[in-house]
Amino acid sequence: MEKRVTFSTTAIGLLFAAPMLLLIFVFFYWPSAQALYWAFTLEQPWGGGNRWVGFSNFRQLLEDPIYWQSVTRSFVFGISSTAISMGMALILALLTDRELAGHRLYRSVFIWPYAIAAPALGLAFRFILAPEAGLLSVINRVWPDLWNPALDGKDAMIAVIIAFSWKYIGYNFIFFLSALQGIPRALIEAAAIDGAGPMRRIRDIQLPLLTPTLFFLLIINITESFQDSFGIVDVMTQGGPARATELMVYKIYFDGFKGLDYSGAAAQSILLMLLVILLTIFQFRFIERRVHYK
Amino acid sequence: MASISLRNVKKTYGKNAVVHGLDLDIESGEFIVILGPSGCGKSTLLRMIVGLEEISEGEILIDGTVVNRLEPRQRACAMVFQNYALYPHMTVAENIGYALKVAGVSRSERDRRVREVARALAIEAFLDRKPSALSGGQRQRVAMGRAMIREPRVFLFDEPLSNLDAKLRIAMRAEIRRLHRKLGTTSVFVTHDQNEAMTLADRIVVMNGGKVEQVGTPAEIYHRPATRFVAGFLGSPAMNLMEGEIEPDGTFVQDATRRLRLSQQAGHAFPGGRAVLGVRAEAARLVAPGRPDALPAIVDFIEELGASRIVHVDFDGLSFAVATSDNPALIPGDRVGIEIDPRDIHLYDSATGERLEPVTARQTVHP
Ligand SMILES: Nc1ncnc2c1ncn2[C@@H]1O[C@H](COP(=O)(O)OP(=O)(O)OP(=O)(O)O)[C@@H](O)[C@H]1O
Ligand SMILES: [Mg+2]
Repeated sequence: MEKRVTFSTTAIGLLFAAPMLLLIFVFFYWPSAQALYWAFTLEQPWGGGNRWVGFSNFRQLLEDPIYWQSVTRSFVFGISSTAISMGMALILALLTDRELAGHRLYRSVFIWPYAIAAPALGLAFRFILAPEAGLLSVINRVWPDLWNPALDGKDAMIAVIIAFSWKYIGYNFIFFLSALQGIPRALIEAAAIDGAGPMRRIRDIQLPLLTPTLFFLLIINITESFQDSFGIVDVMTQGGPARATELMVYKIYFDGFKGLDYSGAAAQSILLMLLVILLTIFQFRFIERRVHYK
Repeated sequence: MASISLRNVKKTYGKNAVVHGLDLDIESGEFIVILGPSGCGKSTLLRMIVGLEEISEGEILIDGTVVNRLEPRQRACAMVFQNYALYPHMTVAENIGYALKVAGVSRSERDRRVREVARALAIEAFLDRKPSALSGGQRQRVAMGRAMIREPRVFLFDEPLSNLDAKLRIAMRAEIRRLHRKLGTTSVFVTHDQNEAMTLADRIVVMNGGKVEQVGTPAEIYHRPATRFVAGFLGSPAMNLMEGEIEPDGTFVQDATRRLRLSQQAGHAFPGGRAVLGVRAEAARLVAPGRPDALPAIVDFIEELGASRIVHVDFDGLSFAVATSDNPALIPGDRVGIEIDPRDIHLYDSATGERLEPVTARQTVHP
């Protein structure tokens, strides 16, 4: 028999996990605890540390119409960008799935946007969508001042939605494509023999079988739109003009670091975190309950 | 019901030829079984008929019309897949009725026909279930129902029974046969199980390496295999084959001790030719060793089949099977003689594998 040195498995396990645990602690639990602390306290006006104020920070926030406006904007942003990026991704994936030549190339090409850091992406789109010189400047030449994200709040919102959607199209595409490829070919063939044309097959066979993926991506996209939008907004509009693109996540940053209202910002971040947790729980529950086709 | 004709049909994937110029005529109402080893192009052929695979060259005609360019739905063929390919998100009733739904048949009419088909297949009790809640045999029936409801011109089956256990397979086989008798729809059934082929087929098409080796009734295929491949592929045990020379006097010489008299004709027809001689296990007889004209052999092992047994003997390294219904008191190592009636001998050209006819022309085909 071969002799083996054995270690206590728990000790070894902990040792291997330690670096990661440390990272999680430093970058997740600690800031979260800090945020919780700030959210329930208020800095004394004349120094002397923080005072416990219970839910008053939250109460104040929920009574503030400006906060609610940022919530509404976040939902508008989230729903539109999710719809655009998922819709586009689905169309691309369906086309790719039908004609597979070169699909490996698409796979890597489409994932790149997701790998680009949000600020870099924002910068690129700032140029692309610039009213004087960007791609859309053509519009302004025909109808002067129709497109101006720097002055028009609606245009600014459209600009950040486009930039954000663009980033997630690739991400969604990968998931849609692999889900589509996971559908047995024979099912599509059976439907073709049953008389269904390509559109009919998409509607009756492919989309129903994609529902788990659709739902998963829906939650991921909305969650990410609440969080990952920061970089794009910061680079492209800084929440402007006149708060028109001030999303929840940007308002946290603005109130906290520009307005120096740590407690208000912390309370906002707790609310945002709750929202994300809620969505995640919803997703897990739903996915667990979903019938898995086998 | 419809006739199908294949004219020089070829299929290539890139540079890789899979089906090489295939000709076949299937009559209206016939039950054709395509039999062949794995990878010989059976599924490809079926998929070309139904329209799932493009035809690289040649023509396929259904009822006299070239269908090369038609979409599957325009060909009015129904197919049963090996893994059934039931729509997992639809109930059994929806699965069966899907073709009618696509065709725009009204709901009440659809329900009525789904019930009718379900009754014929004894799956009425499962109509509201999803396929995942069915057994293999039940799924098989649903797949058949889905094909039947459209009253297609042609039924195509791609190894539909291969996922079932032996007992169920035999039961379903009988059922398919019964359905065919009732509906009379032209059917093409792909399998690599020769028992399935023999019991189901009006005619069998034996394929190998993308070519048709033989087309014929099960009896023709069994009693007059057209090529060496067919001879070695069909029958259980497969036909005994041995290679040797045909001498001018009509003697087949395998080696110094093993010589078999053929007819005089054979000697004239193929003097000095290398040939493969084939004998079915049930056509050879065990005799006492040393009999003139009997081939000397040594018993290798005996396979007991209950009603009969197969004695495997050894010809200096070449194994040879003899089926017998009496109970010889033999043990491995015993010396025996093998006697073969010249009329039971099949001869094949050893280069081309083609059957050498003159020798065996006198043979009678037992239908
Ligand atoms: N899409 C494809 N691309 C390239 N080669 C293919 C493709 N489909 C099938 N082939 C090749 O064609 C040949 C015939 O395949 P086919 O599926 O018709 O075999 P089969 O007779 O049905 O075998 P089995 O009994 O295992 O199902 C095989 O050698 C296979 O590798
Ligand atoms: Mg096959």
